[in-house]
Amino acid sequence: MSATVGQPRQFCTLGGQQSVVAIERAIPIVHGGPGCSGKIFGGMSFFNGFQGSGYAGGNAVPGTNSCEKDIVFGGEQRLREVIDGTLKVMDGDLFVVLTGCTADLVGDDTATVVSEYRERGVPIVHASTGGFKGYNHLGHELVVKAIIEQLLVPAKAINPTLVNVWSVIPYQDTFWAGNLNAIRELLEGIGFEVNILFGHDSGGVAAWKRIPEAALNLVLSPWVGLSIAEKLQERFNTPYLHYPVLPIGAVETTRFLRTVAEFAQLPFQPVEDFIVKKEGHFYHFLDRAADFFMEMRWDLPGRFINISDSIYALGISRFLVNELSLHPAQQVVTDEPPEEHREDIRRHFAELKETVSAEVIFSNDSDTISRQLRKKGYDLPPLIIGSSWDRDLAREMGGFHLSIAMPVMDRLVLDRGYVGYEGGLRLIEDIYGSVLGTY
Amino acid sequence: MSVEQQIRQPFTANPVRANRGTGVQIRERRLGSITGFVGTAGELVQIARAGELAERERSFTQAGTCSSFCATLQLSLIQDAVVINHAPAGCAGDFPMFNLYNRYGQGKRKLTRQNARLLTTNLNEQDTIFGATHKLAEAIHKAYRTFQPKAIFVTASCTSGIIGEDLESVIEEAEQELGIPIASVNCEGFRSQVWATGWDAAYNSILRKIVRPPHQKLPETINIITFIGEDYFSELLQPIGLKPNLVVPFTGVEQLERLSEAGATAHMCSTLGTFLAAGLEREYGVPEIKSPPPYGLASTDRWLREVATLTGKSAHVEPFIAAERAAIAAQLEIFRKRFAGRKAFVAAGPSHGHSSMEVLQNLGFDLVGSCIFHHDARLDHGDPAGDSLQAATQHTPGLSYGVCNKQAFELVNLLRRLQPDLVIVRHPSLALSVAKLGIPAVFVDDEHIALGYRGLIRYACKLTNWLANPALERTLARTTKLPYTDWWLNQPPFSMLGEPR
Repeated sequence: MSATVGQPRQFCTLGGQQSVVAIERAIPIVHGGPGCSGKIFGGMSFFNGFQGSGYAGGNAVPGTNSCEKDIVFGGEQRLREVIDGTLKVMDGDLFVVLTGCTADLVGDDTATVVSEYRERGVPIVHASTGGFKGYNHLGHELVVKAIIEQLLVPAKAINPTLVNVWSVIPYQDTFWAGNLNAIRELLEGIGFEVNILFGHDSGGVAAWKRIPEAALNLVLSPWVGLSIAEKLQERFNTPYLHYPVLPIGAVETTRFLRTVAEFAQLPFQPVEDFIVKKEGHFYHFLDRAADFFMEMRWDLPGRFINISDSIYALGISRFLVNELSLHPAQQVVTDEPPEEHREDIRRHFAELKETVSAEVIFSNDSDTISRQLRKKGYDLPPLIIGSSWDRDLAREMGGFHLSIAMPVMDRLVLDRGYVGYEGGLRLIEDIYGSVLGTY
Repeated sequence: MSVEQQIRQPFTANPVRANRGTGVQIRERRLGSITGFVGTAGELVQIARAGELAERERSFTQAGTCSSFCATLQLSLIQDAVVINHAPAGCAGDFPMFNLYNRYGQGKRKLTRQNARLLTTNLNEQDTIFGATHKLAEAIHKAYRTFQPKAIFVTASCTSGIIGEDLESVIEEAEQELGIPIASVNCEGFRSQVWATGWDAAYNSILRKIVRPPHQKLPETINIITFIGEDYFSELLQPIGLKPNLVVPFTGVEQLERLSEAGATAHMCSTLGTFLAAGLEREYGVPEIKSPPPYGLASTDRWLREVATLTGKSAHVEPFIAAERAAIAAQLEIFRKRFAGRKAFVAAGPSHGHSSMEVLQNLGFDLVGSCIFHHDARLDHGDPAGDSLQAATQHTPGLSYGVCNKQAFELVNLLRRLQPDLVIVRHPSLALSVAKLGIPAVFVDDEHIALGYRGLIRYACKLTNWLANPALERTLARTTKLPYTDWWLNQPPFSMLGEPR
């Protein structure tokens, strides 16, 4: 990530703050400038589906509000003062100190300050998330790895059915709450005990402490979370399964469930019974939409363009191609995946279906994205599935538009999700709702 | 470069000069501003007037807001300019908010809805070591190519400040090449705890690079420095033969170039506009209306009389005041009876918070306290007649008054004790904490609604609706938990506030 960016779709490493907020009763402490925490909250939560403050996010986040004095003389003493206050004022089970650019640039020894508290038995960890280090995807991984390294100890016994899930990123994925719930229900449906770790009813710190007990780590994304699973394998010898495609709709979800079940050697019949039931529901309602599809398709989108992170762009593309017969145009991946993962991502898009492939652009910059897309030109109105930034582009191209990626400013999102069988149905409703809404 | 060199560089390479230099001096130094106080309104007025106002720092703080947020809010809504944030990508976390404001305001003004024009230079680790002025140059050219703006604003960040980026040399070169004004905005977050410093930084860049000497004088045009509210100023000015020129949001560069031509400059909030108004008076002789903004009966009278005197409209003003007062008198009396004995609390910035206090008192509420985000010991014009706190509390100097930069933990503790019937909130992110206590929290989205005489009635209608059915607040109070310990909620609310220094 080096280029300048217009209308950004990813924010900085301090975005890890929102991953902390997503852990029940966890409290972030931001050691940074006075505006950092609020800006991250605004970009990733409030103006991204109006997701809300959560328990200890928004205006509640303790912060050092670093000033000139802290820059010139160092801010460690101020950090101690704010941690002391936090432990008295804030009612939490886990405290995560996140550094902003200021603290990381002036070289505050935050790790040492925080470890002093940990040695006294305080459940507190530290992640060095100065914004210049990268995007929020990295911030999420840094926060998770900090908790793993600084808080977790090996388990006495392994629970053979327990699986930890590493998938969409809380808050950055506007639909994370619904998506993680769907993943949990799917995996529970085939016999797992699921450690979903983020969101309502995910168990808080107690669940995090059970991470080493799991028999399996599941990475459900093209690349985010892989380094977490590798770290857990190295520390606790937990094997991991990497399933790169976010399962949306029946085809991919069934494939996903069979893959996980086989990897974990689950008994065959209950898994198949679950799949049959779920597919039945999905196909019943797909059939219900068939009247609409058959008679209203004339003016419907010619090509679809995803402008979202690699998790969504790939998952949604697979669904639209394999189950709705839509045709992909160029696909835009906005999370700037590390180089070593890009070839795999390109290959996945090249093999959306035996006969269907899509070209990928990697960019977080609206200017680059719109220039590339305009260059192609489209005879039929395209469907742009992206962020709210893309409304103008869709209008200019005479296309349709649905906001599903950060920042989402034109939708209020609660527990809606796009993962799984029901998630596929929701995506169909939302896409065609947005099309019909233009008539 | 060692860390120490990195730290010290910006302050030697880029000395902060007062007012006329490229950078604006922070409010703590320029206006004696503070963010911590507890006492009465009368005490604060007195201490500030005596030049004895001292900051009280909190040992524990929650994350606040920074200058760059405030600066960009004003600049990003100039319709034919571009803002480039020279910063890592997270500082652009507020871009979506500005975009929403932009589209919302465009819709209200019947303009085509379009995205706000915002870029970030996306500074990374390598840039913090080797510098990134080349990226700024690239961003300026990209902004020009993409939007053909009439001006470009470059907002600084903590990172650009600490690594000592020389914005001016890049800007000078690009200005010569592109032939449009390009202005740096010194709104590094760490420089000030008073986020209103960001307004000053934005206005300073407008004063330095955009405003031009007048071609003509438009004595009947009154600049109104404000945010994004509806134009209720016309209601006050048109009847006496004047025309408001609402700035800075939703203007164009050309409109800003001509700020020097107006007959006077006034404010929707004198804390917001103090730097710009004083600058226009100092540099172009455009007189500033010093009286506090026209909210509440007494302040509206005073404001109108000053405007009329300065613009030669005195003959029209007294009949207008009398007629307007008469027009609302009966309705006002009904509302005063309705609200009598109801307890209200204000959480807002100065001076708009002071205006709200005056309005609430006019409507018959009992003011039980306030959380005002900072206090300026003086305004840039230096005239004590501009003291909006004194104006709002001249008959009630014993009102309990708190200065608190949006520290929710303190506010929650205080409100639990006071149990007001209503809290007026004028800043994002505080209303939620109030609502979770079961108290109706009115987030004032349109800052102009209570303006003038008729505004009292408009405002009273809104409040009536809000108070009529607090079902949502009650539900939230019953079903959610605030993240504070019982220990804290049983401490005195200002116990984290240090001694004056």
